[in-house]
Amino acid sequence: MKSAYLDHASATPVRKKVFEAMLPYFSDQFANPSNVYDIGSKMRQVVEEQRGKVAELIGAKAGEIIFTSSGAEANNLAVKGVGLAHQKKGKHVIVSSIEHHSVLNSARFLERLDFEATFLPVDQHGTIDPERLVKAIRPETILVSIMHANNEIGTIEPITELAAICKEKGIIFHTDAVASIGNINVDVNALKVDLLSLSGASLGAPKGIGALYFRKNLRLMPLIHGGIQENGRRAGTENVPGIVGFGKAAELAKNEVSKMEPYVRKLRDRLVEGVFKQIEKVTYTGHPKKRLPGHASFCFEAIEGESLIFMLAQNGIYSNTGSACASKALKTSPVLGAIGIRADLAQGSTVFTINDNNTEEDIDYVLEKLPPIVDRLRFISPIWGKKVPETEEGVCT
Amino acid sequence: MRFVENQEADEMLDLVCRMCPMHLLEPGDKLKCMKKGQILEVLTDYDQALEDIPEWCKKCDHEFIGVEEEDDCYKIYIKKKK
Repeated sequence: MKSAYLDHASATPVRKKVFEAMLPYFSDQFANPSNVYDIGSKMRQVVEEQRGKVAELIGAKAGEIIFTSSGAEANNLAVKGVGLAHQKKGKHVIVSSIEHHSVLNSARFLERLDFEATFLPVDQHGTIDPERLVKAIRPETILVSIMHANNEIGTIEPITELAAICKEKGIIFHTDAVASIGNINVDVNALKVDLLSLSGASLGAPKGIGALYFRKNLRLMPLIHGGIQENGRRAGTENVPGIVGFGKAAELAKNEVSKMEPYVRKLRDRLVEGVFKQIEKVTYTGHPKKRLPGHASFCFEAIEGESLIFMLAQNGIYSNTGSACASKALKTSPVLGAIGIRADLAQGSTVFTINDNNTEEDIDYVLEKLPPIVDRLRFISPIWGKKVPETEEGVCT
Repeated sequence: MRFVENQEADEMLDLVCRMCPMHLLEPGDKLKCMKKGQILEVLTDYDQALEDIPEWCKKCDHEFIGVEEEDDCYKIYIKKKK
């Protein structure tokens, strides 16, 4: 059976060069980087080299990178770590209402510790209005966290503008770049952010490795206390194979992102054009232009996204409905709710995330299979008005 | 404990939210880059530093000048002796 993987926001395949770079660190190169003897020091050197590569990808210095177990941990460390370290200055944080759960729930955790959190609304495209941010800021605001790009609707936020507002007011600004890294150029100096979260799985490194960029000298309360790893900011013996994989993937991405972007954008546009040509009653969610190049998100009227994903998967097509972790909860996406999508329409959310592993053939295969599946699901939908597909050939079994 | 007031310093190290053994490792690294006679201010909220740093200064032959309390933090002053 043909197959097309279009769910790169959930996970990317580990790149061959990344896998090869990691291999020795599962076997021969096993020493603990904290050990003082030669093979331990060598491991320490390897970890520091990778730190430099990850830093280079985002225009940072090596000393400004903390390795974590995931993007979610990086988000936790940013929100809770800043909140707890700066609470004497104030106990108010602002996050957007469409953040990843690791940011939203970290802000809610701070609320349990007598912090106040403001969940900033977005417009119909999922964009934060800088004026709204200005109005939400209080004298006791210590942190603003707004994602670089949304994983579910692809919208890219005006981070430079939002970060500048915070900088002027002396407020720490964090952005979650897990959805954008590897898809568009991410530079901490251009964005002018204080903290930025990354995930290795976004760019062809394995799952289980992430990083937090933090501006030099920024105070952060560690979440994991213990030894001297990550300069005492995140204890626990380093995941050396993961770190090596992340370093290699970052090195490769540094040279490839700009070249990849037009190719991926072309594939995405081919998909969007094809969907609107062949399927009626479809809503394209997220910003029509200011969005990730490989991101296409739709709501198909009178369809349940889970069923659509399942039937596409039966045909070897892998996509998603909402964010990977939220989709299992079988509840209406808070992101789609925040951009004003009706609850019934939001049920039909389907997200395709394309990268340079994909080809025109993949897109054409989706465009061949998707319309009859939509017809089939609408045929059995109680809210579609019993519309019958035009031909039986189009029915997916 | 020796307390000081309005002590000036040549360099400052912010170790707030950092714990053992970073309160000893980071001053050690910083002092290596400083000149003889210069003074380092270590800003910390780690109570154990009040015991550890004077002791560590003796071992490493640095001069422990004293401590000043400020906003729930301690400013610990160390002079590089050699």
